[in-house]
Amino acid sequence: MKIRIVSVILLVPAALGIGALLISAQDKKITGVITQGERPAMAVPDFRGAGEAQNFMNGFNKTLWDELAGAAVLKMVAKSYYPIDVPQQPQDFKPPTMVAPLRRGDSPKAQSNGPWLTDWSNPPVSANNLAFGYTAVQNGQLVLRGWLYNLAQADPQSAQVIGKLYFGTLDAQGAKKIAREFAADILSFFGAKSLAGTKIYFVSDRTGAKEIWSMDYDGTNQRELTHYQSVSTMPATSADGKLFAFTTYAQGNPKIMVYSAETDRRLPFINPVSSAVETPEFTPDGRRLMFSASIEGWVQICIADVNGGGMRRISHVRAIEVSPKINPKNPNEAVFISGRGGSEQLWKMNIDGGDLEMLTDGQGYVANPSWSPNGQVVAFAWTKGYEPGNYNIFVMDTANRKFVQLTHGSGRNENPWWAPDGVHIVFSSKRGRNTHLYTMLADGSNVQQLTTQGNNIQPVWAKAIN
Amino acid sequence: MRLNPRTLSAAVFAMLLMVGAAGCKKKIPVATAPPPAPASRETPPPPPAPRAAAASISSFTVEPRSIERGQAATLRWSITNATEMSLDQGLGVVQANGTRQVFPSNTTTYTLSARSAGGGDSKTVTVDVSAPPPPPPPSRIDTSISGSDMLTREAQDAYFDYDKSEVRDDGRTALTHDADLLKRIFAADPSFTVAIEGHCDERGSAEYNLGLGDRRATAAKEFLVQLGVPADRLTTISYGKDRPVCTDATEACYQRNRRAHLSPAK
Repeated sequence: MKIRIVSVILLVPAALGIGALLISAQDKKITGVITQGERPAMAVPDFRGAGEAQNFMNGFNKTLWDELAGAAVLKMVAKSYYPIDVPQQPQDFKPPTMVAPLRRGDSPKAQSNGPWLTDWSNPPVSANNLAFGYTAVQNGQLVLRGWLYNLAQADPQSAQVIGKLYFGTLDAQGAKKIAREFAADILSFFGAKSLAGTKIYFVSDRTGAKEIWSMDYDGTNQRELTHYQSVSTMPATSADGKLFAFTTYAQGNPKIMVYSAETDRRLPFINPVSSAVETPEFTPDGRRLMFSASIEGWVQICIADVNGGGMRRISHVRAIEVSPKINPKNPNEAVFISGRGGSEQLWKMNIDGGDLEMLTDGQGYVANPSWSPNGQVVAFAWTKGYEPGNYNIFVMDTANRKFVQLTHGSGRNENPWWAPDGVHIVFSSKRGRNTHLYTMLADGSNVQQLTTQGNNIQPVWAKAIN
Repeated sequence: MRLNPRTLSAAVFAMLLMVGAAGCKKKIPVATAPPPAPASRETPPPPPAPRAAAASISSFTVEPRSIERGQAATLRWSITNATEMSLDQGLGVVQANGTRQVFPSNTTTYTLSARSAGGGDSKTVTVDVSAPPPPPPPSRIDTSISGSDMLTREAQDAYFDYDKSEVRDDGRTALTHDADLLKRIFAADPSFTVAIEGHCDERGSAEYNLGLGDRRATAAKEFLVQLGVPADRLTTISYGKDRPVCTDATEACYQRNRRAHLSPAK
């Protein structure tokens, strides 16, 4: 029991602090942190549904498996190793009968009476944990009974870690929802932050005009949010998911628009008199907006109330400065892109413009900074080592400026955005004719394509609005 | 902002059903019949090895052959079998069949070159340009031509270096020409205003390019104002890299996109 607790505690910092570990270690070691290491082995047999519920179980089982496997904190044991006799509820477990050995000196033999914990903890499964359960239709709803067992325990009563009911609509969406909620509870137990309740907002030109879209982080449920038939780009959301901003040419010059996600209505925002207002960024409290606007012929960083009032210019140089991003753990610190030293580079400053520091080394061109949720590591696009325009994704510890390159020239890689779990990064990449969105783990592995239509850029992975 | 739920799911589901159905069918082994006996006992000779055909320009014409300065002539061509096709006089890479409007200020010979692995071809056409009669004084400008038409027809773009917004020598020449044009247009139409658009090539980030396009538009505006164009008749707008005139990944195309362009303000 004690050993088990220790290993869980060790996993928590591993999951939350991957960014920090990333940087302090060598490249090879970094890969090890995320992809190998000591991860608990998890067995998840296919769940079955009673009656009509069975119709949605293929999608349920796929979602549950993908969510658990994708979080990079568990070692998933392949289903081919599993015993034939699969438990569906706690009362299915039947302790084996110990029979006396035939010859004196031999150890007693276990005779199976049904599923038992050791069926799953012994080879060939060798799992540390087992998730099981079933679904049924109750009052027109799809109901999941889900359990998570710690197989190191001696009996089912003490093995139970999670035993819970989950409710969804009786359709594929409902099955997906309960699978995600169950996966989120399991991942939470292992110290991984859940991605449940998050969405990816992005820009797509698939309708012929650049509009803001949303989708689930597995690429499903892609929906158009704006319909200005103009050029609407650079989405941003407030941390509480209640406000939503972007830049649009819908009224002539590029201007910022702010929407309430709750009422789906446009809120007043007074744009400064400027030929370009862009890169909106909410302060963590959601009460102010940082952005860039053209002041005296140079796009500079400004801050204003969320309605545009009380605007103040933060930087005062003859250089282009865009993409301010506020540290989620320190609202007084921001990174941004500035051309003040020559080519555009990654800079850090206090929110009032003081304590300036250039973080990248002056080579190439830098774009699109995004903070990790722990406020220690910034992901960004950089052309270092490549021709102008050939960006790759990098991550850097802002405390010591050590950086790691995550993509290596397979297409033009831009717009990295850190997932709320601190383990994944979504980014855009032009690997063929069109630009699409991909996710990867923060060590650059496990790249998955999310979009297939049109060109797709500028992803924002955040708490779902509405 | 309107939420537009998509209803593609039915089509996708139907496709999945089709794919699933196809996948479920077991392949039934088919007894292979012996191949038919050859019609002739002689085996036919192998086809000749393909040889790259020489590029050939089947036509290259200009219409009209002689113009007055400021008027347009249209080049028209048709090329076969070429892998590389280009026009000189700074017009660059072209497609196999096409037309191009040109506005030569002096008599100009255009050479169309086509090349392939099998050989090349080139043809030339000449446009005779005669000096137009002197323009009437501004006060008696022909008001039947709108300022918009004049601007679209005569304004020249100012081009910029990569990641730069300083007006180059060729940009000064273009903008000096534009300043004269704008003064004539404004004299004829006191309500006319002009938007100076700033554009970038595709290599920089979208965010930075919006700033760079703004910078280029502003630099062009400042230059025009220095030449006496009234500042209150000029607005600036940055399109970043959202409105390219070409999309090839070549320096020639990048250069055409790094520009300040004058258009009638909306």
